[in-house]
Amino acid sequence: MANRIRFLLLLWLLPLGALAATPKIQFWTTPQGAKVLFVETHALPMLDVRVVFDAGSARDGKLPGLAAFVNGLLTEGAGEWDADALAVRLEGRGIDLGTGSARDMAWVSLRTLSEAPVRAVAIDTLAEVLAHPRFDDEAIERVRKQMLVARRIALQKPGTIASERFFRTLYGDHPYAHPGGGTEQSLPKIDKARLRAFHRQYCVAANAVIALVGDVDHTTAEQIAERITAALPRGRHAPPLPVADPVPGGELRLSFPSSQTHILIGQLGVRRGDADYFSLDVGNHVLGGSSLVSILGEEVRNKRGLSYSVYSYFSPMRATGPFLMVAQTRNGKAGKTLEVMRDTLKHFVRDGPSQAQLNAAKKNLIGGFPLQISNNRKIVQYIAMIGFYDLPFDWFDTLPGKIAAVTLDDVRDAFRRRIDPARNIAVIVGGRSE
Amino acid sequence: MFSRLLSMLLALLPVIAMAGAASVHEFLLDNGMKVIVKEDHRAPVVVSQVWYKIGSSYEEAGRTGLSHLLEHMMFKGTRVHGPGEFSRIVAELGGSENAFTSRDYTAYFETLSVGHLDRAFVLEADRMRNLVFDEKEFRKELAVVMEERRMRTDDSPSGLTYEQLMAVAWRASPYQNPVIGWMDDLANMEIDALQRWYDFWYQPNNATLVVVGDVDPQQVLAMAKKHFGPIPAGTVPAPRRPAEPEQCGITRVTVNAPAKQPYVLMGYKVPNLASAVEDWEPYALAVATAVLDGGASARLARDLVRGHKIAASAGARYDLYSRLPGLFLFDGTPTEGHRAAEVEQALREEVKHLQETLVSKEELDRVVTQAVAAKVFQADSIFYQAMEIGILETIGLDWHLLEREIERLRAVTPEQVQAVARKYLKNDYLTVATLVPQPTDKPVHTTPITRGTTHGK
Repeated sequence: MANRIRFLLLLWLLPLGALAATPKIQFWTTPQGAKVLFVETHALPMLDVRVVFDAGSARDGKLPGLAAFVNGLLTEGAGEWDADALAVRLEGRGIDLGTGSARDMAWVSLRTLSEAPVRAVAIDTLAEVLAHPRFDDEAIERVRKQMLVARRIALQKPGTIASERFFRTLYGDHPYAHPGGGTEQSLPKIDKARLRAFHRQYCVAANAVIALVGDVDHTTAEQIAERITAALPRGRHAPPLPVADPVPGGELRLSFPSSQTHILIGQLGVRRGDADYFSLDVGNHVLGGSSLVSILGEEVRNKRGLSYSVYSYFSPMRATGPFLMVAQTRNGKAGKTLEVMRDTLKHFVRDGPSQAQLNAAKKNLIGGFPLQISNNRKIVQYIAMIGFYDLPFDWFDTLPGKIAAVTLDDVRDAFRRRIDPARNIAVIVGGRSE
Repeated sequence: MFSRLLSMLLALLPVIAMAGAASVHEFLLDNGMKVIVKEDHRAPVVVSQVWYKIGSSYEEAGRTGLSHLLEHMMFKGTRVHGPGEFSRIVAELGGSENAFTSRDYTAYFETLSVGHLDRAFVLEADRMRNLVFDEKEFRKELAVVMEERRMRTDDSPSGLTYEQLMAVAWRASPYQNPVIGWMDDLANMEIDALQRWYDFWYQPNNATLVVVGDVDPQQVLAMAKKHFGPIPAGTVPAPRRPAEPEQCGITRVTVNAPAKQPYVLMGYKVPNLASAVEDWEPYALAVATAVLDGGASARLARDLVRGHKIAASAGARYDLYSRLPGLFLFDGTPTEGHRAAEVEQALREEVKHLQETLVSKEELDRVVTQAVAAKVFQADSIFYQAMEIGILETIGLDWHLLEREIERLRAVTPEQVQAVARKYLKNDYLTVATLVPQPTDKPVHTTPITRGTTHGK
């Protein structure tokens, strides 16, 4: 890629901040039991659909990669269409169909023109992809090989190695511990029976959230949601995930022949719905959540030139997600960078932000909220998340008030109770110091 | 992975979204600064982008990376605003801001609630002429850019392969140099060189302001006049356009780097809209790209990934819009049991197929249909809409070309696709870079986790 940008945009900042004219979310449940969230907007002649299942890698069981494998096979043939026929059918009409998965969720996303004939093909095809993926032997073997290639590519990146080791150390036996893409040991063991069984259990209406944004009216949206779920068995919602237990802090160093050392420092953070969430997230915005305008950005990058990309975040999930601080630096400065990051956190937990820093963070989060929901793509991802995590449907309207209500004491208190620097796990991957 | 990136970019490429000209307004300030405003009233937000005609292709040997480093310095304070203040002010306005440097342009942007556009103009106008070059800030930012280079290129097998491909493919074209600069050039960079670079190129008559969002064009013009208008026009040097000598044979480069997965990246020298003799040729090349790699039904996915199964991924990319002639790029990642050389061979077979057999009507229909749909989809992003206008203007093309793009793609015939494949996708114009993985685990030294330690000073 030819472009060089000044810093990496922090996409996980997404869920925060609100203002006057927010999109109105309509909500209902299909006869089959799927939750639907819909935002009607006719500004562009297009429709976005995002179907999310509680079927991320946390559901892999003993076979890391199983959820991603199933997710990847959905678009490799369904019903009467093999992969070639499916691709021609969609792309010949300008329809985009994509899939993806993370620890909690697996999703299928569709973007189509809203004109009825094209839309009908898009929705019929999506319904078939969800309900009747073929799991052809040929496709299974091919996707397995692709996943093994992706695995090798992951293992040639010191940042990925560090991240995997961090999760493995932090989560131990918890289903968040393993890499969602699977491993060289697990991928060969996944057979068709297991793929089908996973699909049967998790790709069911009661385990689905459907987000719709675009140029259709309410009645049409209802028909679409019904069509999408008609062929899905009702099934059951996935069971609750186990609780993630805290582990003792520590330090782990791995060597890798790279010119930079990647540093990850963190511990358990929050889960979705946690009462401390807003206090921690607003606090983190000051600490390291707003790229260069944050204490970590100031201390590590602006003041000392130690790292290009330094940040911190809470990743709230169904079970307790991590709190993480991340940086990379030339090998000779790894020790110094580690020290600055640790000191920064220690001081932040001890003293909290200043009133001025807190005010600035709140202004950014609240004032920036319209940007988070400024187009259809952002809205569909956002409402899918609201549906998936059972957040209140007035989220867009109440969020600014919740952020505004966070006080200095709230942040200090939450960080002192929830973040113990002594419990940090540090993973350090890179070349030896010169 | 690079090939994902290729297809992603390609998806954006021949399919550019422009609503009717009615909603786009173009103005020229007295000092020569161009202002282009596009109305989009779907949300109360706006994006402001200031584009400068300056990038790595303007740089000379020994001074590579100047433009990008200067972009970093643009956040380090002016006579009015201290270091980092720009970012702090925009953040407090609830905005997001950043910048990017490419071979042909440097652009600065703010995305904001529409009421704050005025503040963005104040800040951008200030740093167009009033930048302060402080030696200490410069040294720190230079260190940051070197870290960026290590992260994106030196420690990235695909990044290194791309850099090496460009370095050997071009004999004279400044596209041979990486945007971020060679490490040794960075190490020898001096603050005076940056100051001169800034004084040369950061002039209102070398800049284009693009604004897209919930705005009134006349109000935007008034604001632009107020803030940018007082800046006097400067003398802008004519950019270098070194002609690339004709290549007369395949060029190869091997990249030995710590990695686990082989990879091949190759490119043919081709013209684009700014350099083509026949103006249909670039569109025919764009169609060829989409026939090869316009999705899962296109040839590379169908034949190399699903058919022969020799590639885990394969991509093609061609950029209609660059200042100087570029490369028609292919890349591929072999599956287990296959070598990079086989993927290269298969990609070249695809080229041969394009040269020998006419593309089908179904393929052309699919390409145009996708382009039409993508045009609608892209209108969902104000950032993208501003970006495409900015790129064209900055490389010296008229943004109105975007409006005719679908029509031009639709007019491409199978014979024209074949003709450009024969004329340009020739072995004599080909450069191949092959990544040969070297061990990543040789010096492994693992320290087991030490439980219960505390850290910090």
